[in-house]
Amino acid sequence: MPKMTVDPNFCKGCGLCIAACPKKIIRFSENINSKGYHYAECFEQDSCIACKMCYQTCPDVAITVEK
Amino acid sequence: MKGNEAVAEAAIRSGCRLYFAYPITPQSELIEYMAKKMPTVNGTFLQAESEVAAINMVYGAAGAGKRVMTSSSSPGISLKMEGISYIAGAELPSVIVNVQRGGPGLGDIQPGQSDYFQATKGGGHGDYHLIVLAPSSVQEFADMASEAFDLADKYRNPVMILADGMLGQMMEPVEFKPARTDAEIEELGKQHHDWCICPNKDGAEKHHHEINSLEIDPSVLEAHVIKLYEKYAVIEKNETRYESYNIQDDNEILVVAWGTASRIVKSAINEMKAEGKSIGLVRPITCWPFPYEAVQAAIGKNVKKVYVFELNTGQMLDDVKIAVNGKVPVDFWGKVGGIVFTPAEVQDKLEACFTGRK
Amino acid sequence: MLHGEEIMEIIATRPETLTQTPFTYCPGCLHGVAHRLIAESVQELGLINKMTGVAPVGCSVFAYKFFNFDMAQAAHGRAPAVATGIKRARPDMHVFTYQGDGDLAAIGTAEIIHAANRGEHLSVFFVNNAIYGMTGGQMAPTSLPGMKTTTSPYGRNVDDIGYPIRVSELLATLIAPYYIERVSLLSPADIIKAKKAVLKALTYNKEGRGFTFVELISTCPTNWGIDPLKSREWAKENMIPFFKPGCFRDKGEGVE
Repeated sequence: MPKMTVDPNFCKGCGLCIAACPKKIIRFSENINSKGYHYAECFEQDSCIACKMCYQTCPDVAITVEK
Repeated sequence: MKGNEAVAEAAIRSGCRLYFAYPITPQSELIEYMAKKMPTVNGTFLQAESEVAAINMVYGAAGAGKRVMTSSSSPGISLKMEGISYIAGAELPSVIVNVQRGGPGLGDIQPGQSDYFQATKGGGHGDYHLIVLAPSSVQEFADMASEAFDLADKYRNPVMILADGMLGQMMEPVEFKPARTDAEIEELGKQHHDWCICPNKDGAEKHHHEINSLEIDPSVLEAHVIKLYEKYAVIEKNETRYESYNIQDDNEILVVAWGTASRIVKSAINEMKAEGKSIGLVRPITCWPFPYEAVQAAIGKNVKKVYVFELNTGQMLDDVKIAVNGKVPVDFWGKVGGIVFTPAEVQDKLEACFTGRK
Repeated sequence: MLHGEEIMEIIATRPETLTQTPFTYCPGCLHGVAHRLIAESVQELGLINKMTGVAPVGCSVFAYKFFNFDMAQAAHGRAPAVATGIKRARPDMHVFTYQGDGDLAAIGTAEIIHAANRGEHLSVFFVNNAIYGMTGGQMAPTSLPGMKTTTSPYGRNVDDIGYPIRVSELLATLIAPYYIERVSLLSPADIIKAKKAVLKALTYNKEGRGFTFVELISTCPTNWGIDPLKSREWAKENMIPFFKPGCFRDKGEGVE
């Protein structure tokens, strides 16, 4: 089952992955990381197709995609 | 051999295999000698697009832990000052030769000594020191090449050989040390493998070396500068060099002079010795660290005055005044414009001290 | 294997050629993407133990902390000269520089032109975002006509200070450079194309073919004053027409 995970320590809540995801299954978390950013999280892993667009666009290399 | 060429030959024999520079009078023979000789020892000669580019190439090669040199003359050395500050801050061993000429600005192409302040009191921004070696003969100029590289390696610091157009151009007999072999050079290079840019390994031996002078955290920068100055204190203690010439109990005048000026002073001293006038000379060989204690100690009980002769408006003079510390009066006479004074002129000034003329 | 259990394979993750130090760039700044493309390429080419890079003065001054191999930090504009020194000293290692608008196209114009002209065996990655980021948004040599910045508050007046410099085209007038390409980072599709260029530059570097140069059109949300997503749109509409992506030189493929 494909999935994407965001490492909250690296994420700066820039939103580029949210815009890039063709399935629109990434959102800002309600939680914040130690720097105060609402980091991104996938809320519907079942729909992930492992296209890696999120990984491609993430400027903080915070994302891991598995298949 | 010509001074410019002798220092180049000596540098290659000491194991320098990288040379980056830009032509400028009066040291063009140095770069041309390197252009011919470096390829014959499989070294790298590169005429850079400017003195700025050259000093940054030195930064890179020194950061890779290899013996590297550049040379220029006064206006070109000014261009290198930013790079020298970076090299000092990043603690990179390197050798910079300044064949001084008349200044300021474009000045002229004749010999001068007016870069003493630039070399010893700053030049580049920030708190740092160059080790500064000042030759007064072609032999010494050549010998200083290997000393400079050894000091640079030992202390991870840039070293300047502060010569002038006269030393660069004049021809004198030179004896060279035997050349280092490739194996010796490689062995020498290993001392830097714990900090320089070099091939990495996997696993436990993996390193992440940074060639860098930026420390954005003030307390870390403070600690770094303090560490630099602890190093400089060791250099001051161990590497201060000078020559005592005709220091006698009956000296009535003590002269302090360096480089080419000191040769001329020696001639005057010898002439006057024949007339029964006793004058001593302390010749700093390291302009930094300056031999303050040696100058102080050379003021014998009969010395009435310390006289400084330089080819500038009085730069080493300040260090001499610090050393003398008011014990006796300090006088100065200099020539600028790239004009070198004669022994007769120096003698004239010294004679006046004995007759009371000024 | 138990029924229902799957073996997961990681198909994309932070390369080991990047350290664990979080990037210091603004949220949405594309520097991080450029870093990743270089890091991935170094990893894919198996160069991690023979690679070194030179960081500039600019937003990416701390790049020496982000790449997981030996790095040098250079005086403003001088990275190509520093890289020349390193490569001439250690020809067995591979070297790149990473530079921004001010570093490469203002103070460093002599160094980049001459390193390129000598055909130094380096890869230069030039991040062009038409502004000076680190110092707070001043005009760059690549700022567009009419563009308002803190040192062109009335808009860049071309009659007074001329037009933006197209560095890729400029370097393409030199004979020695082996590979020159301009790409952009403005969408995932663009990034995938950019990766091809970065990988090619470093592959040619590994093979000792000569000077390789990749210009990457990027954004500066903070100093342009617009959010990361809108910045990409702004760059597409305003920068791309002037800085056209394309391959200007590829001796390996016969593009002279």
